[in-house]
Amino acid sequence: MTGFEQFFVELADTHPKWNFVYFYQEVERSRIITGIYYTIGLSILTIFFSVIVGLVGAWMQGSKNKFTRMIVQGFIQFFRNTPPFVQLLFFYFALGQFTPTHSPDGWLEVPIISNFGWAVISLSLFAGSYNVEIFRSGIEAVPVSTREAAESLGYNRFQSFTKIILPLCFRICLPSLNNNLINLVKTTTQAFGIAVPELLYQCISVYNDYSTSMNAVMLLMFIVFFLIVGLIAWSSHALEKNLKIPGYGV
Amino acid sequence: MNTWTEKEPILSIKDVHKSFGELEVLKGVTFDVMKGEVICIIGPSGSGKSTLIRCVNALNDIQSGSIKVEGVEVNDPKLDKLALRRKVGMVFQQYNLFPHKTAIQNIMMAPIQVLNQDPKEVEERAHSLIKKVRLEGKENSFPGELSGGQQQRIAIARSLAMEPNIMLFDEITAALDPETVKEVLVTIKDLAQDGMTCCLVTHEMGFAKEIADHIYFTDRGIIVEHGPPKTFFTEAKDPRTKEFLSQIL
Ligand SMILES: Nc1ncnc2c1ncn2[C@@H]1O[C@H](COP(=O)(O)OP(=O)(O)OP(=O)(O)O)[C@@H](O)[C@H]1O
Ligand SMILES: [Mg+2]
Repeated sequence: MTGFEQFFVELADTHPKWNFVYFYQEVERSRIITGIYYTIGLSILTIFFSVIVGLVGAWMQGSKNKFTRMIVQGFIQFFRNTPPFVQLLFFYFALGQFTPTHSPDGWLEVPIISNFGWAVISLSLFAGSYNVEIFRSGIEAVPVSTREAAESLGYNRFQSFTKIILPLCFRICLPSLNNNLINLVKTTTQAFGIAVPELLYQCISVYNDYSTSMNAVMLLMFIVFFLIVGLIAWSSHALEKNLKIPGYGV
Repeated sequence: MNTWTEKEPILSIKDVHKSFGELEVLKGVTFDVMKGEVICIIGPSGSGKSTLIRCVNALNDIQSGSIKVEGVEVNDPKLDKLALRRKVGMVFQQYNLFPHKTAIQNIMMAPIQVLNQDPKEVEERAHSLIKKVRLEGKENSFPGELSGGQQQRIAIARSLAMEPNIMLFDEITAALDPETVKEVLVTIKDLAQDGMTCCLVTHEMGFAKEIADHIYFTDRGIIVEHGPPKTFFTEAKDPRTKEFLSQIL
């Protein structure tokens, strides 16, 4: 046992409310590491896909076809007007029943979409619905005349969307996008509800094994999320600075 | 099959009607422009000048009539817009440069991204265009770092980079102060001398007089009167033209 571990064993002895069991117990330690791993994975995947959903939705919202716009509107309404936790349960328990299964080991039939997969899908759609609105407001802030200039230079709708509107839109909506993505990272804890072994799930497992570790796991949760969110806020800020255009307002 | 030859009008507008909902903005406009000609469209605010030249570029659609650019009908649902816009360049009153790109990038973007031309070649062309609009040294400035007149000249260069056969200018000096107006007008004059076909909407009567081969006066969606500048300003017959000219000259 290292000095570091020894220190926390003694701390737990002298102060039973501060049992940092995950610092000296191999099982608990690996639980926490898995939890952090899943939380980060969930965050990265849902951020990525929710931005994709937002971009595709915003693109579809600009469609001339009324039906397409109605679909996007319906999607936004559904995901914004219902709690993300209920959405998660719905996706996993209701839709999960209907997904095909496969058998990797030849014995056990498992659904092709795991609970982790459902969490990624559900949370990406949830945050994506907000991203659609965020991107839409950014797109609307790009003057029509800029779009017409692109059009008159022969850009088609897709080219002008990707080459001209998005780069400007992105600069405008970065702060609100940042807010939404930070909220998304915090919402990943709700994947606990469908037993995704992310940080909250693991912390509760640790606490179940050692009820004296409550303060220690709570503190850990706060610190890990504080750091992840801090990292996102910092990179967003750096990006904003990096994208700043000389002599341009936004 | 397009059988257009240079002896026919490069731009032919026939009985064009255009409405925005209930409001009829163009009520049967007809005129032709020959290759190399410079025409000026003048008229009071709201008379449909901008609408007219936007229709030529298919930025607005028309309800009836015909607009032909090099013999190709613009008022056609199957119109190849890219082909049209390669031929027709447009410059706007508010410059409309892309604010996130430098001057030279603004010029190079469309030929590279839309026409897939070789970036090296395009860059060379962009440099010579910058020279042409007399903005050497401003290649790497962003639009926000340029004056209005400089931005407008980059916008002209940006259109020219597509190597169009016709240039449309919509009140491109209206947002500029008198000193800067001059530098932009010089650029246009150079262009006209090079033989570019130009359609200008303008309020600069002196300039129109000097540069135009033909002047069209529009009011409430029709061409009230037209003629070469020599006679247009002195021998206007219609009372509306007279009134407009008396106010502006
Ligand atoms: N997108 C639009 N929707 C509805 N009405 C429009 C639209 N664009 C222009 N109009 C109307 O069409 C009429 C002609 O407008 P246009 O911009 O062509 O005038 P103009 O001759 O260019 O005037 P100005 O000299 O002020 O630029 C105006 O009454 C205007 O209100
Ligand atoms: Mg106008």
